[in-house]
Amino acid sequence: MNTIEFEGVTKVYDDGTVAIEDVSYSVESGTTTVLVGPSGCGKTTTMKLVNRLEDPSEGTVYYEGDDVQELDRIELRRDVGYVIQEIGLFDHMTVAENVATVPELKDWGRERINDRLNELLELMDMPPAEYRDQYPRELSGGQRQRVGIARALAGEPDVMLMDEPFGALDPITRENLQDEFLELQQQIDTTILFVTHSIDEALKMGDKIAIYDVGKVVQYDTPQEILENPTNEFVEDFVGADRGLKRLQVTQVETIMTKPAEASDTGALAADGNGNVARVLSPTDSTQVALSRMIQFDVTRLPVVDGGTVVGEVTKDTVYDIAQTGA
Amino acid sequence: MSLTTVATDWILPTVVIIEYLDFFRSNSSQLLRLVLQHINITLITIMIALPMGVALGTFISVYKWAQTPILWLAGIMQTVPSIALFGLLIPVLGIGSPPVIVALVLYSQLPIIRNTFIGLTQVNEAAIEAGRGLGMSQRERLQRVQIPMALPVIMAGVRNAIVIIVGIAAIGAFIGAGGLGDFLFEGIRERYVDMIVVTTVVLSLLALILDYGLGVSERLLRARNGEDINPTQFTRVLQKVIS
Repeated sequence: MNTIEFEGVTKVYDDGTVAIEDVSYSVESGTTTVLVGPSGCGKTTTMKLVNRLEDPSEGTVYYEGDDVQELDRIELRRDVGYVIQEIGLFDHMTVAENVATVPELKDWGRERINDRLNELLELMDMPPAEYRDQYPRELSGGQRQRVGIARALAGEPDVMLMDEPFGALDPITRENLQDEFLELQQQIDTTILFVTHSIDEALKMGDKIAIYDVGKVVQYDTPQEILENPTNEFVEDFVGADRGLKRLQVTQVETIMTKPAEASDTGALAADGNGNVARVLSPTDSTQVALSRMIQFDVTRLPVVDGGTVVGEVTKDTVYDIAQTGA
Repeated sequence: MSLTTVATDWILPTVVIIEYLDFFRSNSSQLLRLVLQHINITLITIMIALPMGVALGTFISVYKWAQTPILWLAGIMQTVPSIALFGLLIPVLGIGSPPVIVALVLYSQLPIIRNTFIGLTQVNEAAIEAGRGLGMSQRERLQRVQIPMALPVIMAGVRNAIVIIVGIAAIGAFIGAGGLGDFLFEGIRERYVDMIVVTTVVLSLLALILDYGLGVSERLLRARNGEDINPTQFTRVLQKVIS
């Protein structure tokens, strides 16, 4: 099922600037689609067409099969979560009041709002007892954006729009939040449109990526496909000269591991008596991690361990193959 | 130090101050009554002027076309001398406090309208954008986000208005509204300097106290809005009490 569908959408602003031209693609429900491109390429405009912060000049945007122009824009926005780079927390309200914004607009009962609040703050790793009554000014940048995300999720939206949500954070906080969000995404099963200008973030977060060049979508594909078969020079440049390495980043160990011939083949694991788990891989590690550990420990093969048992093995050659395909 | 300089430098001022204190003591119940009258006029005025000014300021923040004419009108009001305005209102409203209150409401509109407008339009842009994206209607955005966040700026306008009101209300005694102006005009008629000086001091103190009190609430509102303030001792104590 497609939750969102763009069909021949063009947006021309009043001053004559063409933001996007004839954009068509559809977003499958439950997936994360990342809109990526240089600034001014129309990615944010595309996103704003979904919750009608902008209206298209031509073409149609469908939300769960309905033309958004036919929907009440206030209702629509309450059903669609919205997160922005500047976060935009209401500084005069507590964390709880901020998060409760949409449930209150939707007139949920007090008990339901309360349960939802506690659930979300737990999910965001911000114990309600400690954080409920704090004000935004008392929080760190990362915590503020967590509250921003919780606020967007509060109304149980089917779709989340996220406009460079981690853009203003320091690199360490950003990475932590990205990782947390990837985990969160598994639990909430929401369709996500995610805008960023960073190809690395796009490759990390996206099930599908729409690459924008000035006003146009030049490629809409899975991260693997974009890395293996960039459609044109712009995409190739945008992805960068190190796309072999980036491919390692988006490929998980479990997709290339081979079943070990016999148990004795796990020498690397046995050799490490200090309980140093870094000498093994988990199936969800990226092949980049695999390569990095091979270099670090100067080995050519590493066991893959899941829940204490060895489930496979990765060799340096197979990792190299990944980096080389399509080059 | 000669005797004459002692007399002029020390004895005379002391005598004068003692005279003032005497006047204050012997007329304290009268003064208190006038102060209460004055506060009464001020409060009634602000109770009308505040909602009106906030409503007009909000209106022009939504309907930009009305911005120039309304701010212009409110500005013009302030240039009309109070005596002239009273004169114009007496045929309609008679004498006493009604024309004075109407005039004071008109005088206090500019600071309140202007600060409301500035407060609403210069509120944190990201918060407004977030409110829009989360599905707040314009009214809900005003109610839940813009007005609460604009409160400290509106409060600064009210402070400004209060000082104007307290000052001009004194002239209202001229047309029978009562208040501390009664003693001022009586003092002028009777050439009773002690009366004029003491009343003026009381009047200034009243304005200063009201201004300070509102200044404290303005700082408290700023602090609640997450701004870094440099709190005075009193504000700090109040913040502790509140939290």
